[in-house]
Amino acid sequence: MQKQRVVITGMGAVSPYGQGVESLWQGLCSSKTALHSIDSSQIQGLACAIGGMVPPVNAKLISRDFRRTMSPMSIHACLAAWEALEQAGIDRTYIVGNAQGKDTEKAYRVGISMGTTLGSPQALHDFFYEYITTKSVDSVRSTAFFKVMSHTVASNVAMACGLKGRLLAPSAACASGLAGIALAFDAIRYGKETMMLCGGADEFHILTAATFDRMNAASHATEARQASCPFDAKRNGIAVSEGAGVLFIESLDSAKKRGATILAEITGYASNTSARSIAHPDSETMQACMAEALEDAHVQHDDINYINAHATSTPAGDTAEGNAIEGLFGAKAVPVSSLKGHLGHTLGACGALESIACVQMMKESLVLPTLHLENPDNTCGNLLYIQEIQAKYIQHCIKNAFAMGGIYYSLVLSQYKD
Amino acid sequence: MTNEEIAKIVNEALADEFELEAEDLRPDAHIRDDLGLDSLDIVDMVIVIEKAFAFKLPDRALLANIHTLGDIYGLIANLRDVGTISK
Repeated sequence: MQKQRVVITGMGAVSPYGQGVESLWQGLCSSKTALHSIDSSQIQGLACAIGGMVPPVNAKLISRDFRRTMSPMSIHACLAAWEALEQAGIDRTYIVGNAQGKDTEKAYRVGISMGTTLGSPQALHDFFYEYITTKSVDSVRSTAFFKVMSHTVASNVAMACGLKGRLLAPSAACASGLAGIALAFDAIRYGKETMMLCGGADEFHILTAATFDRMNAASHATEARQASCPFDAKRNGIAVSEGAGVLFIESLDSAKKRGATILAEITGYASNTSARSIAHPDSETMQACMAEALEDAHVQHDDINYINAHATSTPAGDTAEGNAIEGLFGAKAVPVSSLKGHLGHTLGACGALESIACVQMMKESLVLPTLHLENPDNTCGNLLYIQEIQAKYIQHCIKNAFAMGGIYYSLVLSQYKD
Repeated sequence: MTNEEIAKIVNEALADEFELEAEDLRPDAHIRDDLGLDSLDIVDMVIVIEKAFAFKLPDRALLANIHTLGDIYGLIANLRDVGTISK
Protein backbone atom coordinates (compact mmCIF):
# COMPACT_ATOMS: atom_id res chain seq x y z
CA MET A 1 0.00 0.00 0.00
CA GLN A 2 1.31 3.41 -0.98
CA LYS A 3 1.52 5.55 2.15
CA GLN A 4 0.63 9.23 1.87
CA ARG A 5 3.12 11.84 2.99
CA VAL A 6 1.54 14.09 5.63
CA VAL A 7 2.25 17.79 6.05
CA ILE A 8 1.29 20.54 8.47
CA THR A 9 -0.34 23.54 6.81
CA GLY A 10 -2.02 25.28 9.72
CA MET A 11 -1.49 25.80 13.45
CA GLY A 12 -3.53 27.36 16.26
CA ALA A 13 -2.75 27.88 19.93
CA VAL A 14 -4.27 29.16 23.13
CA SER A 15 -1.71 29.01 25.89
CA PRO A 16 -0.88 30.60 29.24
CA TYR A 17 0.85 33.28 27.14
CA GLY A 18 -2.46 34.15 25.44
CA GLN A 19 -4.37 33.49 22.25
CA GLY A 20 -2.62 32.66 19.00
CA VAL A 21 0.54 30.97 17.77
CA GLU A 22 2.29 34.33 17.58
CA SER A 23 1.51 34.99 21.25
CA LEU A 24 2.88 31.54 22.15
CA TRP A 25 6.02 32.05 20.09
CA GLN A 26 6.70 35.56 21.39
CA GLY A 27 6.18 34.34 24.95
CA LEU A 28 8.56 31.43 24.49
CA CYS A 29 11.17 33.68 22.89
CA SER A 30 10.85 36.25 25.70
CA SER A 31 12.44 33.77 28.12
CA LYS A 32 9.83 34.82 30.67
CA THR A 33 7.63 32.18 32.23
CA ALA A 34 3.86 32.21 31.80
CA LEU A 35 3.48 30.68 35.28
CA HIS A 36 2.18 32.69 38.20
CA SER A 37 0.75 32.37 41.70
CA ILE A 38 -2.51 30.48 42.17
CA ASP A 39 -4.98 30.36 45.04
CA SER A 40 -4.96 26.86 46.48
CA SER A 41 -6.44 27.84 49.85
CA GLN A 42 -9.80 26.22 49.05
CA ILE A 43 -8.27 22.75 49.50
CA GLN A 44 -6.92 22.05 52.95
CA GLY A 45 -3.37 20.81 52.89
CA LEU A 46 -2.77 21.54 49.21
CA ALA A 47 0.62 23.14 48.87
CA CYS A 48 0.68 23.95 45.12
CA ALA A 49 1.24 27.68 44.76
CA ILE A 50 2.14 28.11 41.07
CA GLY A 51 0.14 27.39 37.90
CA GLY A 52 -0.44 28.59 34.37
CA MET A 53 -3.84 29.94 33.41
CA VAL A 54 -4.88 31.14 29.95
CA PRO A 55 -5.61 34.88 30.02
CA PRO A 56 -9.27 35.73 29.26
CA VAL A 57 -10.38 35.10 25.67
CA ASN A 58 -13.47 36.37 23.87
CA ALA A 59 -15.58 33.21 24.08
CA LYS A 60 -18.53 35.04 22.53
CA LEU A 61 -16.83 34.77 19.16
CA ILE A 62 -18.35 31.28 19.34
CA SER A 63 -22.13 31.36 18.98
CA ARG A 64 -24.11 30.30 22.02
CA ASP A 65 -25.55 27.33 20.12
CA PHE A 66 -22.07 25.80 20.19
CA ARG A 67 -20.67 27.46 23.31
CA ARG A 68 -23.39 26.18 25.66
CA THR A 69 -21.86 22.68 25.64
CA MET A 70 -18.27 23.92 25.94
CA SER A 71 -16.14 24.15 29.04
CA PRO A 72 -12.99 26.31 28.81
CA MET A 73 -10.94 23.52 27.23
CA SER A 74 -13.34 23.30 24.28
CA ILE A 75 -13.58 27.08 23.94
CA HIS A 76 -9.80 27.32 23.80
CA ALA A 77 -9.61 24.40 21.37
CA CYS A 78 -12.27 25.91 19.12
CA LEU A 79 -10.44 29.24 18.88
CA ALA A 80 -7.19 27.38 18.17
CA ALA A 81 -8.88 25.23 15.50
CA TRP A 82 -10.26 28.31 13.76
CA GLU A 83 -6.77 29.83 13.75
CA ALA A 84 -5.32 26.63 12.27
CA LEU A 85 -7.99 26.53 9.55
CA GLU A 86 -7.38 30.15 8.70
CA GLN A 87 -3.63 29.67 8.39
CA ALA A 88 -4.23 26.62 6.23
CA GLY A 89 -6.42 28.71 3.96
CA ILE A 90 -9.53 26.62 4.61
CA ASP A 91 -12.64 28.78 4.50
CA ARG A 92 -14.89 27.33 7.19
CA THR A 93 -17.93 27.87 5.01
CA TYR A 94 -16.42 25.39 2.55
CA ILE A 95 -16.03 22.52 5.01
CA VAL A 96 -18.53 19.88 3.87
CA GLY A 97 -20.80 20.14 6.91
CA ASN A 98 -21.12 23.87 6.37
CA ALA A 99 -21.14 23.82 2.59
CA GLN A 100 -24.84 23.68 1.85
CA GLY A 101 -25.52 25.89 -1.11
CA LYS A 102 -21.83 26.37 -1.83
CA ASP A 103 -19.89 25.19 -4.83
CA THR A 104 -19.32 21.54 -3.88
CA GLU A 105 -16.11 21.49 -5.92
CA LYS A 106 -14.61 23.63 -3.17
CA ALA A 107 -16.01 21.62 -0.24
CA TYR A 108 -13.49 19.89 2.00
CA ARG A 109 -14.09 16.82 4.15
CA VAL A 110 -12.14 17.38 7.38
CA GLY A 111 -11.81 14.98 10.31
CA ILE A 112 -10.68 15.65 13.86
CA SER A 113 -8.47 13.89 16.39
CA MET A 114 -8.19 15.81 19.64
CA GLY A 115 -7.41 14.49 23.08
CA THR A 116 -7.78 15.60 26.65
CA THR A 117 -6.88 13.93 29.92
CA LEU A 118 -10.54 13.79 31.00
CA GLY A 119 -13.67 15.86 30.64
CA SER A 120 -14.06 19.21 32.33
CA PRO A 121 -13.16 18.96 36.03
CA GLN A 122 -15.26 22.07 36.76
CA ALA A 123 -18.34 20.52 35.13
CA LEU A 124 -17.81 17.34 37.15
CA HIS A 125 -17.33 19.45 40.28
CA ASP A 126 -20.58 21.35 39.61
CA PHE A 127 -22.54 18.14 39.00
CA PHE A 128 -21.40 16.40 42.17
CA TYR A 129 -21.70 19.55 44.27
CA GLU A 130 -25.37 19.76 43.26
CA TYR A 131 -25.99 16.06 43.78
CA ILE A 132 -24.19 15.76 47.12
CA THR A 133 -25.62 18.92 48.64
CA THR A 134 -29.25 18.46 47.48
CA LYS A 135 -29.49 14.68 46.80
CA SER A 136 -31.14 15.76 43.56
CA VAL A 137 -30.13 16.41 39.96
CA ASP A 138 -33.09 18.69 39.26
CA SER A 139 -30.88 21.74 38.86
CA VAL A 140 -28.18 20.09 36.77
CA ARG A 141 -27.98 21.79 33.37
CA SER A 142 -28.88 19.74 30.33
CA THR A 143 -25.50 20.56 28.80
CA ALA A 144 -23.38 19.23 31.69
CA PHE A 145 -22.75 15.83 30.09
CA PHE A 146 -21.33 17.40 26.93
CA LYS A 147 -18.66 19.13 29.02
CA VAL A 148 -17.84 16.03 31.04
CA MET A 149 -17.63 13.34 28.35
CA SER A 150 -14.11 12.27 27.45
CA HIS A 151 -14.54 13.31 23.79
CA THR A 152 -15.82 16.75 24.77
CA VAL A 153 -13.05 18.67 22.99
CA ALA A 154 -13.17 16.75 19.71
CA SER A 155 -16.98 16.79 19.57
CA ASN A 156 -17.40 20.43 20.45
CA VAL A 157 -14.76 21.57 17.96
CA ALA A 158 -16.29 19.32 15.28
CA MET A 159 -19.68 20.96 15.85
CA ALA A 160 -18.31 24.50 15.81
CA CYS A 161 -16.36 23.82 12.60
CA GLY A 162 -19.08 21.78 10.88
CA LEU A 163 -16.82 18.78 10.27
CA LYS A 164 -17.86 15.62 8.43
CA GLY A 165 -14.77 13.43 8.63
CA ARG A 166 -13.90 10.94 11.35
CA LEU A 167 -13.90 12.03 14.99
CA LEU A 168 -11.20 10.54 17.23
CA ALA A 169 -10.69 11.47 20.87
CA PRO A 170 -7.69 9.79 22.47
CA SER A 171 -7.65 10.09 26.23
CA ALA A 172 -4.02 9.35 26.97
CA ALA A 173 -3.35 11.50 30.03
CA CYS A 174 -0.56 13.99 29.35
CA ALA A 175 0.21 12.32 26.01
CA SER A 176 -3.31 13.05 24.74
CA GLY A 177 -2.26 15.93 22.50
CA LEU A 178 0.53 13.97 20.84
CA ALA A 179 -1.76 10.94 20.55
CA GLY A 180 -4.26 13.18 18.80
CA ILE A 181 -1.65 14.17 16.22
CA ALA A 182 -0.43 10.60 15.80
CA LEU A 183 -3.89 9.16 15.15
CA ALA A 184 -4.65 11.91 12.65
CA PHE A 185 -1.31 11.23 10.94
CA ASP A 186 -2.22 7.56 10.58
CA ALA A 187 -5.67 8.40 9.22
CA ILE A 188 -4.10 10.44 6.44
CA ARG A 189 -1.04 8.35 5.64
CA TYR A 190 -3.14 5.21 5.26
CA GLY A 191 -5.56 7.03 2.99
CA LYS A 192 -8.63 7.06 5.24
CA GLU A 193 -8.82 10.85 5.40
CA THR A 194 -7.23 13.71 3.47
CA MET A 195 -7.44 16.52 6.02
CA MET A 196 -7.53 16.46 9.83
CA LEU A 197 -7.58 18.93 12.69
CA CYS A 198 -5.57 17.41 15.52
CA GLY A 199 -4.01 18.12 18.89
CA GLY A 200 -5.15 18.41 22.47
CA ALA A 201 -6.53 20.65 25.19
CA ASP A 202 -7.00 20.81 28.92
CA GLU A 203 -8.24 23.28 31.50
CA PHE A 204 -6.85 24.17 34.89
CA HIS A 205 -8.73 23.07 37.96
CA ILE A 206 -7.39 23.09 41.48
CA LEU A 207 -8.39 19.42 41.89
CA THR A 208 -6.05 18.51 39.02
CA ALA A 209 -3.18 20.12 40.87
CA ALA A 210 -4.33 18.26 43.99
CA THR A 211 -4.31 14.96 42.10
CA PHE A 212 -0.65 15.40 41.19
CA ASP A 213 0.05 16.53 44.72
CA ARG A 214 -1.40 13.30 46.13
CA MET A 215 1.12 11.39 44.01
CA ASN A 216 3.98 13.59 45.23
CA ALA A 217 4.38 14.80 41.65
CA ALA A 218 3.37 18.48 42.10
CA SER A 219 5.78 21.25 42.99
CA HIS A 220 5.33 23.07 46.29
CA ALA A 221 7.60 25.92 45.29
CA THR A 222 6.21 29.41 45.79
CA GLU A 223 8.13 31.02 42.92
CA ALA A 224 7.73 30.09 39.28
CA ARG A 225 11.43 29.66 38.62
CA GLN A 226 11.59 26.92 41.25
CA ALA A 227 8.13 25.47 40.48
CA SER A 228 8.99 24.23 37.01
CA CYS A 229 12.67 23.74 36.20
CA PRO A 230 13.06 20.58 34.11
CA PHE A 231 16.35 18.68 34.39
CA ASP A 232 17.55 21.03 37.16
CA ALA A 233 18.99 19.49 40.33
CA LYS A 234 16.45 21.46 42.39
CA ARG A 235 13.37 20.42 40.43
CA ASN A 236 10.57 19.24 42.68
CA GLY A 237 7.51 18.53 40.61
CA ILE A 238 4.92 19.72 38.12
CA ALA A 239 3.33 23.16 37.87
CA VAL A 240 -0.09 22.51 36.34
CA SER A 241 -1.33 24.78 33.58
CA GLU A 242 -3.79 24.74 30.70
CA GLY A 243 -4.22 25.48 27.01
CA ALA A 244 -5.08 24.12 23.58
CA GLY A 245 -2.95 23.34 20.56
CA VAL A 246 -4.34 22.41 17.15
CA LEU A 247 -2.59 21.45 13.91
CA PHE A 248 -4.23 21.27 10.51
CA ILE A 249 -2.59 18.41 8.64
CA GLU A 250 -3.28 16.98 5.21
CA SER A 251 -1.81 14.71 2.59
CA LEU A 252 1.03 16.20 0.60
CA ASP A 253 -1.01 15.70 -2.57
CA SER A 254 -3.86 17.73 -1.07
CA ALA A 255 -1.55 20.54 0.05
CA LYS A 256 0.07 20.73 -3.38
CA LYS A 257 -3.26 20.67 -5.16
CA ARG A 258 -4.52 23.55 -3.02
CA GLY A 259 -1.28 25.48 -3.27
CA ALA A 260 -1.06 25.54 0.54
CA THR A 261 2.04 26.77 2.37
CA ILE A 262 3.69 23.75 3.98
CA LEU A 263 5.03 24.46 7.46
CA ALA A 264 6.61 21.05 8.18
CA GLU A 265 6.19 17.36 7.51
CA ILE A 266 5.27 14.65 10.00
CA THR A 267 7.53 11.79 9.00
CA GLY A 268 6.77 9.22 11.67
CA TYR A 269 5.90 8.36 15.23
CA ALA A 270 5.81 5.51 17.69
CA SER A 271 3.73 4.64 20.70
CA ASN A 272 4.37 1.93 23.24
CA THR A 273 3.38 0.96 26.75
CA SER A 274 5.26 0.37 29.93
CA ALA A 275 3.37 -2.20 31.97
CA ARG A 276 5.97 -2.10 34.72
CA SER A 277 4.17 0.63 36.64
CA ILE A 278 1.04 2.72 36.18
CA ALA A 279 2.65 5.65 37.96
CA HIS A 280 6.42 5.45 37.58
CA PRO A 281 8.30 6.34 34.39
CA ASP A 282 10.24 3.67 32.55
CA SER A 283 13.43 4.82 30.82
CA GLU A 284 13.87 1.65 28.79
CA THR A 285 10.41 1.95 27.24
CA MET A 286 10.96 5.65 26.52
CA GLN A 287 14.18 4.82 24.68
CA ALA A 288 12.41 2.11 22.68
CA CYS A 289 9.63 4.55 21.81
CA MET A 290 12.07 7.11 20.35
CA ALA A 291 13.96 4.37 18.49
CA GLU A 292 10.74 3.04 16.94
CA ALA A 293 9.72 6.57 15.94
CA LEU A 294 13.03 7.06 14.09
CA GLU A 295 12.54 3.74 12.33
CA ASP A 296 8.98 4.68 11.35
CA ALA A 297 10.19 8.01 9.98
CA HIS A 298 13.19 6.45 8.18
CA VAL A 299 15.41 9.00 9.94
CA GLN A 300 18.85 8.10 11.31
CA HIS A 301 19.95 9.03 14.84
CA ASP A 302 22.59 11.36 13.47
CA ASP A 303 20.01 13.27 11.47
CA ILE A 304 18.03 14.38 14.55
CA ASN A 305 19.04 17.98 15.32
CA TYR A 306 16.86 18.61 18.35
CA ILE A 307 14.75 16.78 20.94
CA ASN A 308 11.83 18.53 22.62
CA ALA A 309 11.52 16.55 25.84
CA HIS A 310 8.34 15.84 27.75
CA ALA A 311 10.33 16.59 30.95
CA THR A 312 7.76 17.96 33.39
CA SER A 313 10.16 18.84 36.21
CA THR A 314 9.46 15.74 38.29
CA PRO A 315 12.55 14.09 39.75
CA ALA A 316 11.71 10.62 38.41
CA GLY A 317 10.30 11.59 34.99
CA ASP A 318 13.14 13.86 33.90
CA THR A 319 15.74 11.32 35.05
CA ALA A 320 14.07 8.52 33.11
CA GLU A 321 13.70 10.57 29.94
CA GLY A 322 17.21 12.03 30.14
CA ASN A 323 18.74 8.58 30.45
CA ALA A 324 16.58 7.31 27.59
CA ILE A 325 17.86 10.13 25.37
CA GLU A 326 21.50 9.49 26.30
CA GLY A 327 20.97 5.76 25.90
CA LEU A 328 19.70 6.16 22.34
CA PHE A 329 21.73 9.09 21.05
CA GLY A 330 24.85 9.03 23.24
CA ALA A 331 26.36 11.59 25.59
CA LYS A 332 25.89 15.25 24.61
CA ALA A 333 24.91 14.18 21.12
CA VAL A 334 21.68 16.10 20.43
CA PRO A 335 20.41 19.44 21.75
CA VAL A 336 17.62 18.86 24.27
CA SER A 337 15.17 21.19 25.94
CA SER A 338 11.79 21.13 27.66
CA LEU A 339 9.28 23.98 27.46
CA LYS A 340 7.64 23.22 30.81
CA GLY A 341 9.64 26.01 32.49
CA HIS A 342 7.93 28.48 30.14
CA LEU A 343 4.46 26.96 30.04
CA GLY A 344 4.18 24.66 33.03
CA HIS A 345 2.52 21.35 32.26
CA THR A 346 -0.45 21.98 29.97
CA LEU A 347 -1.44 18.30 30.36
CA GLY A 348 -3.49 17.13 27.36
CA ALA A 349 -2.41 20.18 25.38
CA CYS A 350 1.34 19.89 25.86
CA GLY A 351 2.06 17.47 23.01
CA ALA A 352 0.31 19.78 20.56
CA LEU A 353 1.46 23.16 21.91
CA GLU A 354 5.06 21.97 22.10
CA SER A 355 4.85 20.44 18.59
CA ILE A 356 3.73 23.86 17.37
CA ALA A 357 6.76 25.35 19.11
CA CYS A 358 8.97 22.78 17.36
CA VAL A 359 7.56 23.77 13.96
CA GLN A 360 8.24 27.41 14.80
CA MET A 361 11.81 26.53 15.84
CA MET A 362 12.32 24.72 12.53
CA LYS A 363 10.88 27.65 10.61
CA GLU A 364 12.99 30.25 12.42
CA SER A 365 16.14 28.08 12.77
CA LEU A 366 16.19 28.70 16.51
CA VAL A 367 16.35 26.27 19.41
CA LEU A 368 14.55 27.35 22.55
CA PRO A 369 16.11 26.61 25.93
CA THR A 370 14.81 24.93 29.07
CA LEU A 371 13.78 27.94 31.12
CA HIS A 372 14.90 27.85 34.78
CA LEU A 373 17.54 25.18 34.13
CA GLU A 374 20.56 26.42 36.05
CA ASN A 375 22.25 23.35 37.51
CA PRO A 376 21.64 20.25 35.38
CA ASP A 377 21.07 17.15 37.44
CA ASN A 378 23.68 14.55 36.56
CA THR A 379 21.21 11.76 37.33
CA CYS A 380 19.37 12.81 34.14
CA GLY A 381 22.29 11.66 32.00
CA ASN A 382 24.95 13.54 30.12
CA LEU A 383 22.79 15.64 27.82
CA LEU A 384 23.43 18.58 25.53
CA TYR A 385 21.15 20.98 27.36
CA ILE A 386 20.04 24.20 25.73
CA GLN A 387 20.08 26.95 28.37
CA GLU A 388 19.69 29.99 26.12
CA ILE A 389 18.17 30.59 22.71
CA GLN A 390 20.49 29.29 19.99
CA ALA A 391 20.49 29.75 16.24
CA LYS A 392 20.42 26.30 14.66
CA TYR A 393 18.99 24.74 11.54
CA ILE A 394 16.73 21.82 12.37
CA GLN A 395 16.12 19.26 9.64
CA HIS A 396 14.49 16.67 11.90
CA CYS A 397 13.39 16.80 15.53
CA ILE A 398 11.67 14.54 18.02
CA LYS A 399 8.78 15.59 20.24
CA ASN A 400 8.17 13.31 23.21
CA ALA A 401 5.12 12.84 25.44
CA PHE A 402 5.51 10.24 28.17
CA ALA A 403 2.41 10.04 30.35
CA MET A 404 1.26 8.38 33.52
CA GLY A 405 -0.55 5.14 32.91
CA GLY A 406 2.44 3.87 30.91
CA ILE A 407 1.41 5.68 27.67
CA TYR A 408 4.37 6.84 25.59
CA TYR A 409 4.50 8.71 22.27
CA SER A 410 7.39 10.09 20.21
CA LEU A 411 6.74 12.10 17.04
CA VAL A 412 9.26 12.97 14.32
CA LEU A 413 8.83 16.38 12.67
CA SER A 414 10.87 17.26 9.60
CA GLN A 415 11.50 20.18 7.28
CA TYR A 416 9.47 19.63 4.15
CA LYS A 417 11.52 18.80 1.07
CA ASP A 418 9.86 17.93 -2.23
CA MET B 1 -46.15 40.32 42.59
CA THR B 2 -47.88 41.94 39.61
CA ASN B 3 -48.19 40.40 36.15
CA GLU B 4 -45.80 43.09 34.87
CA GLU B 5 -43.25 42.12 37.50
CA ILE B 6 -43.60 38.46 36.49
CA ALA B 7 -42.96 39.30 32.83
CA LYS B 8 -39.93 41.41 33.78
CA ILE B 9 -38.38 38.65 35.90
CA VAL B 10 -39.00 35.97 33.25
CA ASN B 11 -37.58 38.15 30.48
CA GLU B 12 -34.46 39.05 32.46
CA ALA B 13 -33.82 35.42 33.41
CA LEU B 14 -34.19 34.16 29.85
CA ALA B 15 -32.26 37.03 28.28
CA ASP B 16 -29.36 36.38 30.62
CA GLU B 17 -29.32 32.60 30.21
CA PHE B 18 -29.93 32.40 26.48
CA GLU B 19 -28.35 35.70 25.40
CA LEU B 20 -31.60 36.96 23.90
CA GLU B 21 -32.29 40.52 22.77
CA ALA B 22 -34.83 42.46 24.85
CA GLU B 23 -36.85 43.50 21.79
CA ASP B 24 -37.43 39.82 20.91
CA LEU B 25 -39.04 39.08 24.27
CA ARG B 26 -42.66 39.72 23.37
CA PRO B 27 -45.58 37.82 24.95
CA ASP B 28 -46.43 36.22 21.59
CA ALA B 29 -42.82 35.12 20.94
CA HIS B 30 -42.77 31.36 20.31
CA ILE B 31 -40.14 29.74 22.52
CA ARG B 32 -38.79 27.37 19.86
CA ASP B 33 -39.62 29.11 16.58
CA ASP B 34 -38.97 32.75 17.52
CA LEU B 35 -36.48 32.52 20.39
CA GLY B 36 -34.67 29.48 18.97
CA LEU B 37 -34.64 27.39 22.13
CA ASP B 38 -34.37 23.63 21.60
CA SER B 39 -35.14 20.68 23.89
CA LEU B 40 -31.86 21.08 25.85
CA ASP B 41 -32.53 24.79 26.34
CA ILE B 42 -36.03 24.13 27.59
CA VAL B 43 -34.65 21.90 30.37
CA ASP B 44 -32.41 24.80 31.41
CA MET B 45 -35.23 27.31 30.95
CA VAL B 46 -37.19 25.54 33.68
CA ILE B 47 -34.13 25.63 35.98
CA VAL B 48 -33.55 29.37 35.54
CA ILE B 49 -37.24 30.21 36.01
CA GLU B 50 -37.45 28.05 39.14
CA LYS B 51 -34.37 29.85 40.46
CA ALA B 52 -35.72 33.30 39.54
CA PHE B 53 -38.97 32.70 41.44
CA ALA B 54 -37.51 30.45 44.15
CA PHE B 55 -39.87 27.52 43.63
CA LYS B 56 -39.97 23.98 42.25
CA LEU B 57 -42.35 23.20 39.44
CA PRO B 58 -44.88 20.86 41.09
CA ASP B 59 -45.62 18.89 37.93
CA ARG B 60 -43.63 18.75 34.66
CA ALA B 61 -46.92 18.10 32.85
CA LEU B 62 -47.64 21.81 33.35
CA LEU B 63 -45.08 22.46 30.59
CA ALA B 64 -47.14 20.63 27.97
CA ASN B 65 -49.09 23.75 27.02
CA ILE B 66 -46.20 26.19 27.20
CA HIS B 67 -45.40 27.47 23.69
CA THR B 68 -44.93 31.22 24.00
CA LEU B 69 -43.44 33.65 26.50
CA GLY B 70 -47.00 34.68 27.35
CA ASP B 71 -47.73 31.07 28.30
CA ILE B 72 -44.85 31.21 30.78
CA TYR B 73 -46.11 34.46 32.29
CA GLY B 74 -49.57 32.85 32.66
CA LEU B 75 -48.17 29.72 34.29
CA ILE B 76 -46.23 31.76 36.83
CA ALA B 77 -49.28 33.94 37.55
CA ASN B 78 -51.38 30.82 38.16
CA LEU B 79 -48.77 29.40 40.51
CA ARG B 80 -48.71 32.75 42.30
CA ASP B 81 -52.49 32.71 42.65
CA VAL B 82 -52.52 29.20 44.18
CA GLY B 83 -49.66 30.09 46.53
CA THR B 84 -46.88 27.94 44.99
CA ILE B 85 -44.94 31.11 44.29
CA SER B 86 -44.66 33.81 46.90
CA LYS B 87 -46.87 36.82 46.25
